[in-house]
Amino acid sequence: MRSESNLEKVLEKGEFAVTGELGPPKGNDLELVKKKIGLLKGNVDAVNITDNQTAVVRMSSIATSKILIDEGLEPVMQMVVRDRNRIAIQSDIFGATALGIKNMLCLSGDHQTFGNQPDAKNVFDIDSIQLIDGVRRLRDEKKFFGTDEDIEGEVKLFIGAAFNPFAEPYEYRPYRLKKKVQAGANFVQSQCIYDMKMFKEFMKVACDLGLDEKCHIMAGVTPLKNAGMTKYMAKNVPGIIIPDEIVKRMSDVPKEKAAEEGIKICVEQIQELREIKGVHGIHLMAIEWEEKVHEILTQAKLLPRPVV
Amino acid sequence: MIVGDRKPIEEIKEMLTPYKKILLVGCGTCISVCMTGGEKEVGILASELRIISDLEKKGWEITEDTIQRQCEREYIEPLKEKFDQADVVMSMACGVGVQYMAEVFPHKIVLPAVNTTFYGTNVAEGEWQERCAGCGDCVLDKTLGICPVARCSKGLFNGPCGGTDKGKCEVNKDLDCAWYLIYNRLKEHGKLDMLDEVMSIRSWKSSLHGGPRKRVREEAQK
Ligand code: SF4
Ligand code: SF4
Repeated sequence: MRSESNLEKVLEKGEFAVTGELGPPKGNDLELVKKKIGLLKGNVDAVNITDNQTAVVRMSSIATSKILIDEGLEPVMQMVVRDRNRIAIQSDIFGATALGIKNMLCLSGDHQTFGNQPDAKNVFDIDSIQLIDGVRRLRDEKKFFGTDEDIEGEVKLFIGAAFNPFAEPYEYRPYRLKKKVQAGANFVQSQCIYDMKMFKEFMKVACDLGLDEKCHIMAGVTPLKNAGMTKYMAKNVPGIIIPDEIVKRMSDVPKEKAAEEGIKICVEQIQELREIKGVHGIHLMAIEWEEKVHEILTQAKLLPRPVV
Repeated sequence: MIVGDRKPIEEIKEMLTPYKKILLVGCGTCISVCMTGGEKEVGILASELRIISDLEKKGWEITEDTIQRQCEREYIEPLKEKFDQADVVMSMACGVGVQYMAEVFPHKIVLPAVNTTFYGTNVAEGEWQERCAGCGDCVLDKTLGICPVARCSKGLFNGPCGGTDKGKCEVNKDLDCAWYLIYNRLKEHGKLDMLDEVMSIRSWKSSLHGGPRKRVREEAQK
């Protein structure tokens, strides 16, 4: 065990894991966090806490993670390299682990021009793969990034990374994932999957490379709310591919039935993903739709969650 | 070459308002080639300023000159008399030229007429693109000639990130994704295996992050 986190235990036991996602508020409204915690608690093994996602300023991932711990829910602290250099990164990791955070997801982060502070200067001192490698070194060798100096204490983290099979060059994506695994990723979560055929092809290569044996691969799913969102995502969000057939299903149902259809599609996808070799869990991103998590996971027969 | 954009006329006008005798100096090297601050552009700005001066009764007297290079003392020194006669000097060179002219003639204030933007090249008629950020530790051997520091929006060393879209960068559909280019170039040359290795954390001391840089070459010193 590298971290003793619940997520690590569930995955290591060979259970099909479920992680959720919680976006902190655009301010310090604690009630908003607690409301989301209430909707997720008991339904998932751990919850990703986003780090100023889409470069919009939000309550810090570390602080929100600590609130989750206090409320009895396990966080996966996300950390992007957009806003921190190696000094801040390591200092934040020490602080986070001292507060009891046991899972960390290493990301590069959306470019700042997308967010609400587009005039900001970015950092990108290191990239996401270098971050994974650095955290692995902190944990396993107890050395600071890029030096032989010893750290005081122990950094027990279950190290995660993200991957996207749906960004070009497609043929390279399994190999880039391999780099993340080599750097030290223990679990990886994908971008939302809608194109099953493409994902299966990706997984075939990933398994041929032996990645499923070296790390836990979790498949990302996001329920579609309505036809408008589906069409928008299909057209405008880079790195997301939604096949026409799904766009059609969402568009063909009457408006008031769209949410139901979206959930139905999501449940079908989860069932299909469970059958794919190498997929060890799902990462359910029901963003601003946390109230549907319980329903989706009940229908997908993933509840109750294992106690390990 | 160094590429720059001329500042908006409003900003230039405001800078020059306190003065009467203005010496406008162009530079005949990079900034002239990128059509921002050479002899021709000095002429254009001088005429604009003269019109404004007439319309708004600024009383400006504009003298124009363009030297070969504002980053070298030997080209700047012959301007001594013109500097002496002016209340203020406005440079149309890159930031190096502005500063160096002021260093050669410290008794005069030198104002910038240009926003210096990047080191780049003229890829097509009327189009310049950034190519290098002067990071001080070149990795072009590892990427077969495509710079990840200057050309990837996140300066990634192990790209491409998950945001590439049809070969374009997530930041802007008009920007090529540098890592998509690097991938294809390595593939063309049969060197995709070069991507297998994780490019490790680098030092930024060689770039601006180690403080301002200088070089002393003894062999050139006598
Ligand atoms: S790696 Fe550094 S020196 Fe080389 S082209 Fe890029 S910025 Fe310039
Ligand atoms: S899309 Fe390409 S160029 Fe843009 S940040 Fe990602 S890797 Fe860099």
